[in-house]
Amino acid sequence: MPFIPHTEADVAAMLEAIGVAHIEDLFDEIPPELRAGSLDGLPEGRDELAVSQQLRAHAARDAQPLCFAGGGAYEHHIPAAVWEITSRGEYYSAYTPYQAEASQGTLQLLYEFQTMMAELTALEVSNASLYDGATALAEAVLMAVRGNRKSKARRILMPRSVHPRYRAVVETIVRHQGITLELLDFDASGGHIAPPTLPAEPGDVTALVIPQPNYFGALEDADALTDWAHAHGALVIGVVNPTAMAVIAPPGEWGEQGADIACGEGQPLGIPLASGGPYFGFLCCTQKLVRQMPGRIIGATEDLDGQRGYVLTLQAREQHIRRSKATSNICTNQGLMTTAATLYMTLMGPQGLARVAAQCHANTRALVERLCAIDGVTPLFERPRFHEAALRLPRPALEVLDALAERGILGGIDLSADYPGLGDALLVCATETRSEADLDAYASALREVLSA
Amino acid sequence: MSNVPSELKYTKAHEWVRDEGDGSVTVGITDHAQELLGDMVYVELPEPGAALEAGEECAVVESVKAASDVYAPVTGEVIDINGDLEEMPEVVNRDPYGDGWLFHMKLEDEAELDGLLDAEAYIELIAEESH
Repeated sequence: MPFIPHTEADVAAMLEAIGVAHIEDLFDEIPPELRAGSLDGLPEGRDELAVSQQLRAHAARDAQPLCFAGGGAYEHHIPAAVWEITSRGEYYSAYTPYQAEASQGTLQLLYEFQTMMAELTALEVSNASLYDGATALAEAVLMAVRGNRKSKARRILMPRSVHPRYRAVVETIVRHQGITLELLDFDASGGHIAPPTLPAEPGDVTALVIPQPNYFGALEDADALTDWAHAHGALVIGVVNPTAMAVIAPPGEWGEQGADIACGEGQPLGIPLASGGPYFGFLCCTQKLVRQMPGRIIGATEDLDGQRGYVLTLQAREQHIRRSKATSNICTNQGLMTTAATLYMTLMGPQGLARVAAQCHANTRALVERLCAIDGVTPLFERPRFHEAALRLPRPALEVLDALAERGILGGIDLSADYPGLGDALLVCATETRSEADLDAYASALREVLSA
Repeated sequence: MSNVPSELKYTKAHEWVRDEGDGSVTVGITDHAQELLGDMVYVELPEPGAALEAGEECAVVESVKAASDVYAPVTGEVIDINGDLEEMPEVVNRDPYGDGWLFHMKLEDEAELDGLLDAEAYIELIAEESH
């Protein structure tokens, strides 16, 4: 798109052409009471030098702590080539290109992304990404409500072991759409949804959400849960960690028929931790549900000469065509993040990704062993896990985390705010980036803090 | 000029309704509607047994250009759907008044049929809309 400057004379000429005196008049139809007006409580403007000095000072406070925190965003090694290539000018856009004839390379890359995500989740279709894991789950819920036409209840079973922030986002997005989220409690000893505790006669259920692994890092009995849901006419939504998919059964292989929808946070696939974003969400489903899928889908086709080409497909239900009745208001996505993810997956390959997953698992096991050798520290749940674990501490987790932070260690996530019933509980994670020495450093720091 | 069979009833939403004479009707989209929409790629039909209110969205016809809602022309229960369209949506283009029918409804109140447009009124509607 060319850069077109305009002068005040140009603006005046344009306003005159449409018969408006001031730019402000264009917004006449917005009633004054709905306008934000002036902003209160903002300090006086400051000069650039002062602001950049202050921001540098803030940034320095971040330091580079040794990270044992996960909770949905994970530190992984990202090969240098990933961002070297991603940040080339040719890729530098968040948008999915409309104009197929001018965008074959980008479209092919997104098509490869979809292929990889479909393989990783063992489902038939993937879209070209969503904003993040939480909104991907919300879109999955909306998809299930549209797709499960036998169910009239618009009732979603949502385990409490799903990421608390994801649950909050889903609630925000669906609460005014007549959809009910019914919380399912987790098993006190395993931290998972125990299949025998599910009701024999649940009534009309639209969909069951299955986190794999769940927020506590524990693995759910996805096969039994999937079969239970399908037996009661409910669709199954898997909210999964993409790295874990390299070593545990993917949603498409759960139970007799497999899950219907899989979604999750794509950040572990080559996106650095950056104060919460930008990350990206992924969303995959069975072919049967493809017309309920929101967002962009890239398809492969053949041109008149029989050459392969890539296009945006199944657009008839998107907002630029279907306006207010579109499947979603998602119109663009995180194109740049998916470019990085595609390169990451390409460089790692299935074996590389499986090795990363296995190393994360081994490191977390080793960490739990070392930490639980300390008096008063015990695993909160006895359940197979992936790369995160909930531990019980002899003192409030927040205090412990503060003391660890003083020693340069980001010790995990305090679970007490989201799960007061768990007592003094801490969620820890050790990815493949943590060395033996790192694990030892954490264990000795924790020993010191707890004995103080 | 599109085909508008004189024995059928029509709605402003470009659907046709055939009175089966036994308290039930068959519903489809008109020849004019399929011409406007273009090549049909997918048809989403109501669930058999669904109770519909007149005017309620109950199906979607999706062409290469647009996805368009189909509304229940009358109040009643869906008793049958044209399942063949799942595999062959193009039949709606080829034979909108025959094999391209969408669903079959049991009428709650037969008098509702009198409120629909006849062929002449529908032809007028098309003429008005094309200006």
